[in-house]
Amino acid sequence: MLTKEATTMTQEKPILRIENISKTLGGKEILKSVSLSLKKGELKVLIGPSGAGKSTLLQCINFLLPPDSGRVWLDGVEIQNRRKRDLYAFRQQVGMIFQDFNLFDHLDALENVAIALRKVKKMRRPEARDRAMAELERVGLEDKINLYPAELSGGQKQRVSIARALAMDPKIMLLDEPTSALDPELIGEVLSVIRDLAHGGMTMILATHQIAFTRSLAHEVIFLENGIILEQGTPAELLSPDACTRSKDFCSRLDDLCEEKG
Amino acid sequence: METAFFTTQLIPALNRGLVMSVKLIVPAGTFGLIFGIVIGTLRTYGPPAIRRVANGYAAVFRGTPLLVQLFILYFGLPNLGIYLNAYWAAVTGFILCSSAYHSEYIRGGLLSIKKGQLLAAQSMGFSTFKTMCYIIVPQAIRRALPGCSNEIIYLIKYSSLAYIITCIELTGEGKIIATRTFRYTEVFLFLGFYYLVLVTMASFMLQKLEKKYKIPGFGQA
Ligand SMILES: Nc1ncnc2c1ncn2[C@@H]1O[C@H](COP(=O)(O)OP(=O)(O)OP(=O)(O)O)[C@@H](O)[C@H]1O
Ligand SMILES: [Mg+2]
Repeated sequence: MLTKEATTMTQEKPILRIENISKTLGGKEILKSVSLSLKKGELKVLIGPSGAGKSTLLQCINFLLPPDSGRVWLDGVEIQNRRKRDLYAFRQQVGMIFQDFNLFDHLDALENVAIALRKVKKMRRPEARDRAMAELERVGLEDKINLYPAELSGGQKQRVSIARALAMDPKIMLLDEPTSALDPELIGEVLSVIRDLAHGGMTMILATHQIAFTRSLAHEVIFLENGIILEQGTPAELLSPDACTRSKDFCSRLDDLCEEKG
Repeated sequence: METAFFTTQLIPALNRGLVMSVKLIVPAGTFGLIFGIVIGTLRTYGPPAIRRVANGYAAVFRGTPLLVQLFILYFGLPNLGIYLNAYWAAVTGFILCSSAYHSEYIRGGLLSIKKGQLLAAQSMGFSTFKTMCYIIVPQAIRRALPGCSNEIIYLIKYSSLAYIITCIELTGEGKIIATRTFRYTEVFLFLGFYYLVLVTMASFMLQKLEKKYKIPGFGQA
C-alpha cells in the first residue's frame, strides 16, 4: 500500500513547474501570472497568435529573460536564479531550440555541438567530439559535420541546433517555433526529429503552428493570448472539429491561411 | 664617391632605424590589439560602471593628439615620480592610443553579432564571460579585422613620432643624416621607400591572417 502510494507520488510529481510568472517589457505586461507544469515524458504544445507571449514565456522559464515575479522548480527544486552557479547548472538541464537556429557562425557543425561539452561540461576534446558526432548522427547529419552554418540549409541548421541541445543531456526541452523559419519542404525533416524525441520520452514544451503535428503528438495544448493561458486541454478536447474553443477557431483560421497559400 | 654616401652612411643608418622602428611597432601593435579587444568588449558588454570608464578611456585617447600623449608620458610623468625612458614612453603611448582605436572597431564587430547566439550559448549554461570568450568575441574579431589592420598600418606610420621624444627610429635616423648632409631629397625618398616596404609586408601578413580565419560560406570565396 505504502509503496504503491510512493510510486504514484513520483509519477505525479512534475519534472518542471512554473508558478505565476509575470513579465513586463517596454511598459507592457507581456505575461500575466502564467503557471504550468510538466510531467516526465510529456509534450505540451503552446499555441497562440503572434505577440501572445510564447517566446517570452519560454525565455522566462530558463531565465534568459528574468521574470519580474514567479517561481520555477525543476525536479522539485526551486531555481534561485540569482545564484549564478545554480542558474548555469539549471540551464544545462533545459535545452532550448530557437526559431532562427542561432548556430555559432564561426564553428562547423561538429564544433557547434562540441563546444558546450568542452567549455561548460569540461569534457576533453576527443570525448566531446565523439559525443557530438553521435548526436549529429542521431539527427541524420553524419555527412555534414565539417560544414559551417552558412553552408547548411535551414532544416540542417535546425537539426544541428537540436543535436547541440541534446548533447547536454537535458531533462526538458523548450522549442520556440522550430519550423517557422523554414521553407515548407524542409519542415518535415525537423518535425521528424522532434517526433523521434517525443517517442523517445523527451519532456518538451513546443511553441508551434503545426496543427496536424500537435493533434497527433501533443499530450496537452496550451492556448496563450495576451499573456494569459486562455485554454488548456488535450488536443481532442480543444481541437476536435466540433469543439467550441478559441484554440479551435485559431487553428482553423491557421488552416485556412495555409490552404490559401498552398 | 656617389654610391659611398648610400652604402656607408644612409643605408646603415636607416637599417639601424628600421630595427628600432620594428622594436616599437611589434609590441605596440600586439598589445594595442589585445588591449583594444578587452576595452572594446568592456565598452559593449561590461557592467555599467566599467563601461563608462572604458568609454572615457577611448574618448580621451581618441580625442587628444598622440604627440601630446607622448609628451605627457615622457616629459610630464617624471613630475609624478614616474620615469619612462624614450623607448618605453613611446611604446606605452602607442599601445594606449592604438588600443582606443582598436576598441572602436571591436565594438562595431561585437554589435554586428546577433543577440540570438548569446542567448543560445547562455541557454546551454555558458556564463557571460565564457560566452564572450568562446562565442561572441572570436566572431567580432573576425569582423573587426579589416578595421584593425587599418589601424596597424597607421601605427607603422605614426611610430615615426617617437623620434620627437628622442627615441631615434627610422625617421629620426633619416632626419639626422639629412640635416648633416643637406641631401634631403635622397634621404627622404629612401625613407619613404622603407616605410612603403614595411607597410606592404604588414598588409600582406594581415591579409593572410584574414584569410586564415575566414569563416567558410561567409562573403565571397
Ligand atoms: N524587448 C522587448 N521590449 C518590448 N516589448 C517586447 C520585447 N520583446 C517582446 N516584446 C513584445 O512582447 C510581446 C510578446 O512577444 P513574444 O515574442 O513573446 O510573442 P510570441 O507569442 O512569441 O509571438 P510570435 O508568434 O510572433 O513569435 C509582443 O507584443 C512584443 O512586441
Ligand atoms: Mg515567438
